[in-house]
Amino acid sequence: MAMSAAGKRRAVTGLLVAPAAAWLVVFLVLPFIAIVVFSLGERAPEGGYQPALTLAQYMNLPARAAAFWNTLVLAPIGALACLVVAYPVAYYLAVKADPRWRLLLVSLVVVPFWTSLLVRTYAWMYILGSRGIPNLLTLVGIEDVRLLNTPFAVLVGIVYGYLPLMIMPIYVSLEKLDRRLLEASADLGARPVSTFLGVTLPLSMPGVMTGVALVTILLLGEYLIPQLLGGGKVFFIGNALVDLFLQSRNWPFGSAIAVTLVLVVVVVLLGAMRLAYRVAGTRQVDLV
Amino acid sequence: MRALVTAVYVFLYAPIALVVLFSFNAGRHASEFTGFSLQWYGKALSNPFLTEALLNSLIIAFTSAGTAAVFGTMAALGLERLGPRTRAVFDGLFAAAIVVPGVVIGIATLVALVEVFRFVNPVLTFLWPGDTPPKAGLGFFSIIAAHGLFSLALVTMIVKARLASLGRDIVEASSDLYATPFTTFRSIVLPQIFPAVAAGFLLAFTFSFDDFIVAFFVAGSKTTLPIYVFASIRRGVTPEVNAIATMVLVSSILIIAVARLLLTERRAS
Repeated sequence: MAMSAAGKRRAVTGLLVAPAAAWLVVFLVLPFIAIVVFSLGERAPEGGYQPALTLAQYMNLPARAAAFWNTLVLAPIGALACLVVAYPVAYYLAVKADPRWRLLLVSLVVVPFWTSLLVRTYAWMYILGSRGIPNLLTLVGIEDVRLLNTPFAVLVGIVYGYLPLMIMPIYVSLEKLDRRLLEASADLGARPVSTFLGVTLPLSMPGVMTGVALVTILLLGEYLIPQLLGGGKVFFIGNALVDLFLQSRNWPFGSAIAVTLVLVVVVVLLGAMRLAYRVAGTRQVDLV
Repeated sequence: MRALVTAVYVFLYAPIALVVLFSFNAGRHASEFTGFSLQWYGKALSNPFLTEALLNSLIIAFTSAGTAAVFGTMAALGLERLGPRTRAVFDGLFAAAIVVPGVVIGIATLVALVEVFRFVNPVLTFLWPGDTPPKAGLGFFSIIAAHGLFSLALVTMIVKARLASLGRDIVEASSDLYATPFTTFRSIVLPQIFPAVAAGFLLAFTFSFDDFIVAFFVAGSKTTLPIYVFASIRRGVTPEVNAIATMVLVSSILIIAVARLLLTERRAS
């Protein structure tokens, strides 16, 4: 029996999306269902999982309150610290930079983002470690400064690791800014500062918000930076998860934390999207 | 302003430069530079654990990025033909694949696969005719699957963006001139989206090659390069780690430069 044109079209569409659909179901939806089921279970005596239907794991979440606290405090602070450093750079690239060099300068910002975060964080173990900056400080007479394994070290690592991701969306929103608005503002007698506060800054808000949201969300699941620069003293939810799954083998409790982390990410994401709707005209960001 | 921006560029590149510098250190301590030497590169490259980890990472990155490039391109093409509701479901799932933290993806994949293996392995043992039945376990397959998830979403997003800016009229012209859909695809659509597909592949490749946290959970007994580097950092900072790190950096910078060229050419044309 010959297939109708519409039927054939549908069959082709089905074949095109089938592999991706299967991948999403098997390696995203099913694993997520699995951790939800695990989070309702109990820890088996020898570690791992034992079926049950209880909310005990969720009731136990306060046991890891420190990890949640560190993450929920340092992620937004880290994102804001990124913003403070990123804004002038994005502004310079979009408004001041020589157009001939612009592409190169922008590329130089993006490239580190796609190189190993592990290696880039390792570099800071060097710099902040006892033979790095603290060693230099002793030369000028400041003794006993410890930088590694402090919240400060984690913040430096965060700013370093996520700066490119903050610069890009702000750059994109500043780049499409209509220069005539700035001229109009100046012609009307506004000082540069008021032009910036009254025109440039409000118009770049979509980029600022995209950047802050992106960086905050990625930081919520961070593991490497607190692990290497916080040295087990400043730990995030990600570090608690690694501990629970690979060391103490308390899978149900770990699953409950993982589910909670996803919920936190969703709440932050929805909040950011609501804000973005209010500040109209957000454009999708190129991460490349 | 200029000084500030220069300072930020120094901030971005000085730590990397430091890692590279100390990889050429003659001394064995990572703290004082005692002379130029390539010995740590020799040590690193003759270390069988390291070369095995490197090979594993290359196989995994190549396979996961390749699969994602093919399936992601197919999905991007197929999504255009779907109704708005189905498309919204797909968009949501792809967004989730990107937004859900890697640490959760790693854990969820681990938990799900361990359960599957617990069910599958007794069946395999029961059905297997020989004495040593194969045992399904974590390894290449699970890392490729978990990396492929993020990569698939990445490629689909990039190719979809390219398709959105593709002129419809040229596709219609092609079919008006009696080209079969396949011919139209091969000679009109594919050449136009190819830079996006290639860039997607390269980005997926660097993602997989650099990923630590997902592989950390689902690698089983396999070692990838980032897992090896992480373990060496924990053992202690030596110039050998710097040599490895330098090689990792140089290779990903090369790959990302090519990806950017491909995407920039697209914007210029």
